[in-house]
Amino acid sequence: MSTESAPAPQSGVAEDVKQRPRVAVSALTTNLREYGLIIALIVIMLFFQYTTSGTLFKPVNLSNLVQQNSFIIVMALGMLLVIVAGYIDLSVGSVAGFIGALAAMMMVIWPLGFLSNPLVVSIVCLIVGGLIGAAQGYWIAYHKIPSFIVTLAGMLIFRGICQALLGGGSSVGPLPDSFKALSSGFIPDVIGPLTLIPPTVNAAGKTIVGSGLTLHMTTVVLGLIAVLAYAYFGFRTRRKRERHGYEAEPFALFVIKTLVGSALALFLVFQFASYRGLPVVLLVMGVLISLFVFVTKRMTIGRRIYAMGGNAKAAQLSGINTERLTLLVFINMGVLSALGGLIIAARLGQAVPAAGLGSELDVIAAVFIGGASAMGGVGQVIGAVVGGFIMGVMNNGMSIMGVNVDWQQVVKGLVLLGAVIFDVYNKNKA
Amino acid sequence: MTSTILEMRDITKTFPGVKALSNVNLSVEEGEIHAIVGENGAGKSTLMKVLSGVYPSGTYDGSIIFRGQECHFKGIHDSEHIGIVIIHQELALVPMLSITENIFLGNENASYGVIDWDANEKRTSALLQKVGLKEDPKTLITNIGVGKQQLVEIAKALSKEVKLLILDEPTASLSEKDSQALLDLLLEFKRQGMTSILISHKLNEVNRVADKVTVIRDGRTIETLPRKDISEDRIITSMVGRSLDDRYPPREPQIGDVIFEVKDWSVFHPIHAERQVIKNINLNVRKGEVVGIAGLMGAGRTEFAMSLFGRSYGRRISGEVLLRGKPLDLSTVSRAAQNRIAYVTEDRKTYGLNLIDHIKHNVTLANLGGVSSGGVIDDMREMSVANEYRKKTNIRASSVYQLTGNLSGGNQQKVVLSKWLFADPEVLILDEPTRGIDVGAKYEIYTIIARLAAEGKAIIVISSEMPELLGISDRIYVMNEGRIVGEMAASDASQEKIMRAIVRGEGKAS
Repeated sequence: MSTESAPAPQSGVAEDVKQRPRVAVSALTTNLREYGLIIALIVIMLFFQYTTSGTLFKPVNLSNLVQQNSFIIVMALGMLLVIVAGYIDLSVGSVAGFIGALAAMMMVIWPLGFLSNPLVVSIVCLIVGGLIGAAQGYWIAYHKIPSFIVTLAGMLIFRGICQALLGGGSSVGPLPDSFKALSSGFIPDVIGPLTLIPPTVNAAGKTIVGSGLTLHMTTVVLGLIAVLAYAYFGFRTRRKRERHGYEAEPFALFVIKTLVGSALALFLVFQFASYRGLPVVLLVMGVLISLFVFVTKRMTIGRRIYAMGGNAKAAQLSGINTERLTLLVFINMGVLSALGGLIIAARLGQAVPAAGLGSELDVIAAVFIGGASAMGGVGQVIGAVVGGFIMGVMNNGMSIMGVNVDWQQVVKGLVLLGAVIFDVYNKNKA
Repeated sequence: MTSTILEMRDITKTFPGVKALSNVNLSVEEGEIHAIVGENGAGKSTLMKVLSGVYPSGTYDGSIIFRGQECHFKGIHDSEHIGIVIIHQELALVPMLSITENIFLGNENASYGVIDWDANEKRTSALLQKVGLKEDPKTLITNIGVGKQQLVEIAKALSKEVKLLILDEPTASLSEKDSQALLDLLLEFKRQGMTSILISHKLNEVNRVADKVTVIRDGRTIETLPRKDISEDRIITSMVGRSLDDRYPPREPQIGDVIFEVKDWSVFHPIHAERQVIKNINLNVRKGEVVGIAGLMGAGRTEFAMSLFGRSYGRRISGEVLLRGKPLDLSTVSRAAQNRIAYVTEDRKTYGLNLIDHIKHNVTLANLGGVSSGGVIDDMREMSVANEYRKKTNIRASSVYQLTGNLSGGNQQKVVLSKWLFADPEVLILDEPTRGIDVGAKYEIYTIIARLAAEGKAIIVISSEMPELLGISDRIYVMNEGRIVGEMAASDASQEKIMRAIVRGEGKAS
């Protein structure tokens, strides 16, 4: 009876008749909501490009931007699942800090022999992260203790351990260069650089024509492959959907979408290629993002997480082991927090007691800006990633503009509130 | 002598794209019980929301005249102020507050914000006496049953000096006994001169108490029947726009051997561990047979079914379940589903559906393995499965991408049914499969049940509506206080016989 307020169309017949002309409009509006966030990101980027007089898009700054924000986005992937499942994790910043400290101690201080090899240390740290996630998830899943409380405790505990491990206020470093490459490294150019328009130099040694722009060819090739794959798979999926009688978006919209997306990607690839190539951490992030998109969109485990967040009791009565699923979601969060911690330590080149301090809030904000619901059951990986970049670009842009850190927080808070209000408003209108 | 207390004229309410009400007229006389009936989605609740100001004046066309004055309500507060009080189907009580606190919530006897609890409790006692509820005013809402909660809602309405009481499906979740008590209370109020509007699906109740019946269909008033013309058949004809010669689809049962057997099933209460909820139940179902379980609310039927199904209820469960003579492991829901047992819950919103997701995802949820390989979902296969079941169970929706939260009760029920049909069970336990859904949708559900039985499935139907059980079952078990107190072939069962079995069982138990 309560559903009566918005009566469902009683038959499909009347709908079908007027569907044709409405398809284009409805596809546009639904897609606008879907891509609204990406458009918002682009607008914000253009705004800062203007206010920083072109610094934002400079190749070196783009690399910085990615390196500064990658840990937020990596952790946001885990947080998205946590929030979609209907929980929250406040401990991620502290866990990241603790893992950074652990990694530094293992590599620099403790006499572990070959075990202090950065690769071994990283693997151990990821496992420890998973164990921390399991420990917290256990209480949440099997004893039904609210995640807010368990992870609030975790936040205090792991920050404390992090500081104790580093011996009070001191920092531990320097970390080996091979470890730092995780964050500040670039992929090697296996193909070799290509110089566009070789500079012509006059007798006095001055350049007359040509910029001497050198491109990192491996980056260019990887970028081209990625863009082609994006267009190809987009087209193939579309054809497949049409064959199965799906309502497809209009072809023109699809083409525009693909072209704009590709152009944007190629522009970024070009910028990276003209600097030192693709940052390693961007590659790591890209792989993880693709993996999580696939898991949430295509895999049964992803579907089950959404179902659990939407209605845990119904999911349980549909044969879903909600306890184990909750545990897995927190283990995943723990591993990604650990990875975030490694990335922070690698970027700083040392472990500091305050590493990751407060970053749980940035991570959670990224997920909510990305359109996830605090009630669970709703949220997209791409949304969280774009939300993370929105936060990152604002941090970066405002820093270049010289905006005071205090005011940066105010602006970020307003953006978070605005994004969620916009979402709620949109939902009520629909 | 009688005068018109309420008149709603030409009410038209449009939602984006849908006309929910068009030129609805309703006229209620002072001191009568006026029933409003109609299928789900007919517009009854929308009409009541217009009347109570949930949809403020200006968002609809037409006029409301209450006691001779045209009203323009801006919100519920306005309508309550002049004595129109609506009690919604989903009760609006705060579980962790006491009866007194709930009754005077937002309306406390207070001076300068300081509440006079003695005065409140005194008034509460008086109100509770009026509605015939014997409870301490300090009792928390969460500690009393749904039937009593309903009475608290009515007491709350009385505290507001109600002139017109609107009850939206008041007996939907009440037991037979509580329903009768509630209807008696309505009649008592009538004697005292109060006017009520009763929205109900249960035509026998309407038949019993209503002075007039207004039938609404597809957002229009069809007719208003005076007392002398009220009969169930007449109302049904008017509600569905055609006559339902038979409320139950005809079927020729082809019953085979016993395939599902429960032996000595006992269950204890999950919290009060010493309380035995289910006491040594034995039952069996044959291939192609529809077995009904009758009983009053609280007889333990749902608890029995849920304890069977993956031990979703209770503890210290003992007993044996056999499928074709072989012991069956039902220790978790997924094992039960793998062993082809399905349980369709009585509470589809809380236990059956993910309301914020669409039909497609809900239909495949219990059998994701059926649309995936290696943990990867095949989108196209899922799509065709969803469409197939949408057609099979006749789910009325614009597409499989409609959110289940926006469907009417009957269509939601069909989605839950589809979910379990796709899991391909051999034994299907349906708990109150037609609760809160309209006559037309009920018939469709019955048809599906008949078809499943014809396909050779074993079906258990739990229902509080005895005519329904008599209409669709081949054999009926009667349950009371956690035990089976009777078993009869549907052909020689009757409502009387079932009641007698329950009463006799009660005698035995005490």
